[in-house]
Amino acid sequence: MAPRIKIPATKYPVERFTLGNGLRVVLSPDRSAPVVGVAVVYDVGIRSEPEGRTGFAHLFEHLMFQGSENLEKLAHFRHVQGAGGSFNGSTHLDYTDYFEVLPSGGLERALFLEADRMRGPRLTEENLRNQVDVVKEEIRVNVLNRPYGGFPWLKLPPVMFETFPNAHDGYGSFEDLESATVEDAQGFFDRYYACGNAVLSVAGDFDVAEATAMIERHFGDVPARPAPRLPDFFEPDLTAERRESYVDRIAPLPAVAGGWRVPDPIATFDDYLPFVVLAEVLTDGDASRLVERLVQRDRTATTLGGYIGFMGDEYQVRNPTALLLQAHLPPGGDADKVLRTIDEELDRLAADGLKPGELDRTQARMATRLLHGTDDVLGRALPMAVLELQRGRPELLNDLPKLISEVRAEQIVAAAATLRPERRASVEVIPGASA
Amino acid sequence: MTKTLPDLVPDAELNLPLERERTLNNGLTVIAIRRSAVPLVEVRLRIPFGRAPLAPATLLSQALLTGTGSMSSIDIAAELQAVGGSLAAGLDPDRLLISGNALADGLDRTLELLAGVLTGAAYPETEVATERERLGDHIQVALSQPGHLARVALLSRMYGAHPYAVQTPGPEEVRAVEPAALRELHADRVRPDGAVLVLVGDIDPEQAIDTAEKILGGWTGSAPDGTIPATPALETGPLLLVDRPGSVQSSLRIALPALTRTDPDYAALYLANLVFGGYFSSRWTENIREDKGYTYGSYSSIEHYVAGSALIAAAEVATEVTGPSLLETQYELGRIASLAPGEEELEQARRYALGALRLNMSTQAGLAGLASIYAGFGLRLDHLRDYSAALSAATREEVAAAAAKYLAPSRAVTVVLGDAERIEAQLAALTAVERSAA
Repeated sequence: MAPRIKIPATKYPVERFTLGNGLRVVLSPDRSAPVVGVAVVYDVGIRSEPEGRTGFAHLFEHLMFQGSENLEKLAHFRHVQGAGGSFNGSTHLDYTDYFEVLPSGGLERALFLEADRMRGPRLTEENLRNQVDVVKEEIRVNVLNRPYGGFPWLKLPPVMFETFPNAHDGYGSFEDLESATVEDAQGFFDRYYACGNAVLSVAGDFDVAEATAMIERHFGDVPARPAPRLPDFFEPDLTAERRESYVDRIAPLPAVAGGWRVPDPIATFDDYLPFVVLAEVLTDGDASRLVERLVQRDRTATTLGGYIGFMGDEYQVRNPTALLLQAHLPPGGDADKVLRTIDEELDRLAADGLKPGELDRTQARMATRLLHGTDDVLGRALPMAVLELQRGRPELLNDLPKLISEVRAEQIVAAAATLRPERRASVEVIPGASA
Repeated sequence: MTKTLPDLVPDAELNLPLERERTLNNGLTVIAIRRSAVPLVEVRLRIPFGRAPLAPATLLSQALLTGTGSMSSIDIAAELQAVGGSLAAGLDPDRLLISGNALADGLDRTLELLAGVLTGAAYPETEVATERERLGDHIQVALSQPGHLARVALLSRMYGAHPYAVQTPGPEEVRAVEPAALRELHADRVRPDGAVLVLVGDIDPEQAIDTAEKILGGWTGSAPDGTIPATPALETGPLLLVDRPGSVQSSLRIALPALTRTDPDYAALYLANLVFGGYFSSRWTENIREDKGYTYGSYSSIEHYVAGSALIAAAEVATEVTGPSLLETQYELGRIASLAPGEEELEQARRYALGALRLNMSTQAGLAGLASIYAGFGLRLDHLRDYSAALSAATREEVAAAAAKYLAPSRAVTVVLGDAERIEAQLAALTAVERSAA
């Protein structure tokens, strides 16, 4: 047995402050490359959209790119790219992010652009209709016109959850999208896009004093509006197994995904972290338990994955959430058998514990993946913004490799013991295309 | 109240990272680059694989790490994982690429495991049988994906009898490959002579090369010449309509001729492509997405293979507006080919191109990818200086001339995959259409 490799850590500096209007700011300077990442995250996501307006949080994200107080339509894109940068936004269950990465000389421009739309996007009927069309094409590309579209992130929540916020389709129905109005959008902005409900984060090549002055200059006059009350989306755990299936008319082969509720990722982070490690023990690489058993030995699965959070954002999700396992099966594959084998392996782990070295090597690989993510300025700006938003703790990004390396074998075993079939929700894809 | 957009602070001079290079006695070139921001190392090993038989080569890439004389696939995976590492192999028509990363302290062990595979991959019967079935299944799934099917049709249309025409084997071809064929192919082609190893990360480049020399020095031999003949000129003809009944979108693909990276006119063509469709703020995207709402995204880029380059434009558009989408696409191609770009839109594209280079160089993985790709074309990172200078210098007239020559719609090869019953008439109103089954 080789000695355990030392798990390294990053030491990105973190500065935090709050502007007079309530906007929280995180700065993380690092001058190793001449680029900056700017992220603004708002504390609203798919779970907060109203009934009858499925997909609205995401549609609204699109509208934030359609012009604002001082910017015509198309201006945002042109100004970022004309500064040598790239931009995007994404809508998650619990937050919505907007970000740019640019050569460092574009920092002030990016701050200007974000501040301008924080004061208010240009919400017009024409832009709304245009972006409804664009979003419908996005859904066709990612869900309707491709095999396994929306599996399992859109397909498993309605099996696992009862309440609208947790169970509904976050991409939205075409009917709901088409009936969205400019008034809905204005109401959504007024309610959720308050600067008191947002975090601005900047990472990369800048001087803290200069950046602070720029931030005051551009965001200081954004009108103060308080954050809405943070809703609690809690619902009780399952007490009996739930199984559903659906036909995917394009998919040629079967697939199955199962999920189990896990402890509150924020209120009980210490209890939650072992589940994050457990997902990797089970599925990371050819030497992991379930890949070895299902893919290599039994050949009952072709590929296998495991992670926490329906969007794979384990450090950026609130309660309730789940540990997910998903498998693609060979022709004629038996989803029931795959689920039974998973149960068997979980029982074995709970009864016999981990093998020598199994936890160490999983932790080492997790550290590499975390460090790899933070090499990119956006891989710091974005998670730090969300960690500030949800936990008031952006520096957690530096601490994660160490915290993961401190998870003990008995915690993994205890976590595995909770993944019982009677707490599981699963969904099976029945192939509708001829194999 | 009107607020003014802040000016940009001009970029500092392009700063290349510390880099060392050595060609070892066995013919392997090792390039080591220092970027120490995170304590990791990125590994890219590029082995020329031109003209390798497609089905065995594809399966070899999937089975390479499944065992040696002394280690099982699980041993290899576990030992890599123990140093925070992971390796995977992938194939394109020019090369086999083994890529991965590890904790910087695990570089030696990662290279030892890599050397073990390069010199002793065993292709065990059982593991190969498993990988064969998995690969067959993956290809079967790919054949249900519109993007894959459209690309298959486009490549075939572009390259005809050239080796680049087919880049994915059929599932049945894969299922017929025996382990012996993999061992033979490995012995023949997985050789260090002409291969390039790129290491990027928190390393001392000179020391990293010494380490690579010590560990990979025992990998020996040279491969037969795999040079691929130059790609043929594109042959225009009717639009090829590939039927995918029930498709709710149409996959529009257009191929145009392009220049290699070292051509004196390349920077001008690159900028012309950006203005046309190569980034979000392009005419094509602003037209068919932001004005018309026909698509979620359209994108055109220049693809480089060792034997030739081509420009590919791609969009998934709503079935009911497939004809109008083609119309707007042809209009935008015709416009860029006929009229010089505006000063401001050219400057915007230029700044984007220069910025994208810096962004790509700002991470270990970005540098590793760039260095490995460049090495495949005999270039080194210092090419970025020349390229940046060429991007800065390209004039409006040069960009217009490149666009007239290479982006002209009369030179386009067009493929549309979609529900033929619903889109054929729309397309036939605009151009000659030839129909084929998927």
